[in-house]
Amino acid sequence: MYETVAFYIFSILTLGMFGIVVMSKNALYAMSALAGGMIFISGFFFILDAEFLGVVQIVVYSGAIMALYAFGMMFFDTTRDVSEKMRSKKIAYTLSILSAILIVAILCIPLVSESIEASYPAIENVGNIQMVGLILFTKYLVPFELAAIMLLVAMISGIVLASKKMDEHLAIEEDECEMLKEGK
Amino acid sequence: MFETAVIVETVVKAVIVVAVVAAMAGFATFIERKVLAFMQRRLGPMHVGPYGLLQLAADGIKLFTKEDIIPQNAIKPIFMIAPVVAATSAFVAMAAVPYFPEFTLFGYTIHPIISDINVALLYVMGVASVGIYGPLLAGMSSANKWSLLGAARAVVQMLSFEVVSGLSILAPIMLIGSLSLIDINDYQSGGISNWLIWKQPLAFVLFAIAGFMETNRAPFDTVEFEAEVVAGYATEYSGMRWGLFFIGEYANMITISVLVSIIFMGGYAPLGFIPGAVMMLLKVSFWIFLFLWVRAAWPHVRPDQLMWVCWKVMMPLAVVNILITGFVLI
Repeated sequence: MYETVAFYIFSILTLGMFGIVVMSKNALYAMSALAGGMIFISGFFFILDAEFLGVVQIVVYSGAIMALYAFGMMFFDTTRDVSEKMRSKKIAYTLSILSAILIVAILCIPLVSESIEASYPAIENVGNIQMVGLILFTKYLVPFELAAIMLLVAMISGIVLASKKMDEHLAIEEDECEMLKEGK
Repeated sequence: MFETAVIVETVVKAVIVVAVVAAMAGFATFIERKVLAFMQRRLGPMHVGPYGLLQLAADGIKLFTKEDIIPQNAIKPIFMIAPVVAATSAFVAMAAVPYFPEFTLFGYTIHPIISDINVALLYVMGVASVGIYGPLLAGMSSANKWSLLGAARAVVQMLSFEVVSGLSILAPIMLIGSLSLIDINDYQSGGISNWLIWKQPLAFVLFAIAGFMETNRAPFDTVEFEAEVVAGYATEYSGMRWGLFFIGEYANMITISVLVSIIFMGGYAPLGFIPGAVMMLLKVSFWIFLFLWVRAAWPHVRPDQLMWVCWKVMMPLAVVNILITGFVLI
């Protein structure tokens, strides 16, 4: 019974938060609601006894949205509303409602036909992390390694892009010290 | 019926943890002033009560009764919720921390941990790092340039120390093979020579430094350093909202102290004739004292120095440490 109560509380909170993300014109509201929504989603994982995924949800998304905040800080005055260009509200609402219905349908069809079977059922007395590790390093080893290589490529290209001025200090302390010494 | 009993027990534990830790956080402010005064050859608070002990009550009354000012151009809901985020995330992180060994009270075994999940270490680190949203939201909603600078520094700091604390903790986890804080504690039972600090000295130092960054303590308190950004994110706050930020900061200090004690210093394992609970209290007190000692002894660092030390010194060291640990394990 408590699980049901918790589920409904978390669903209402998550839906409300993401509603604010979509509807709000203020970047700060939108980002804060996004962070809140992501953390409430982790509640579902905890209800399902998938603590590892729940914690990863918190860690990954709190860090990722932090980067969004950094961009928001650089590009917007977050205390003002953003003026949006929306030509036709009708088209936007129709399209979003249609795509929402489509996603619900896609997720519900296997439930209706009752053909869901866990291809890797949970093993008794094995922890969350061990189960994830077992599957990740046997069945999904190749995609896992490929993802690692992709991330490495992204990291190297990021370093190459940013490395042009890497040996210069952010502050000009050396110059200042010399100027002070020379009495200028 | 059983489910209800569990819920009641959890609620009672949660209330006790919040009450005790909030009181300890308040007391820590008094201790901080006394220790800093001692190290700077002053007396510190002396006038209110014996040795200034009632200064604590006076400060509390002042914070609760002060007018709660919200600036005109601030974004009101976010401005109001930011201190709550800072304080609650500090307390929520404590849900998976075991404080003492289990004991029996009136024939009922009590585990002094609110929820024993098997990824406790990750949970505590993750939720505690959510706490940096408090300064961030406060700075961005205050409509004040100093606050915004404080918020920018909060982002920079968080993105830097998270990597170091995560990587440094990985090596001990590889040795133990579990993320549960109770398993980590039990791994080191049996005397000082079993403490992980001897097996993982580098990880210990890196994690401690990252802990100082996470709690915004000197020498890494760039988000609120008076000489550069007035009071940083807290410039526009007054009264209890300002107080909540600092309850969160001290609660985080206690969490980090408990974490370091459990992961590297043997946790609540009894030592000789000293029972485990007392050992735990001694270690946590020592760490709180160390936080204050470092504040008195070291100058501040600039934000760019902080990033430099995180990305160019500490992160490579942590990776090398993981590599060496991996080779030794194989």
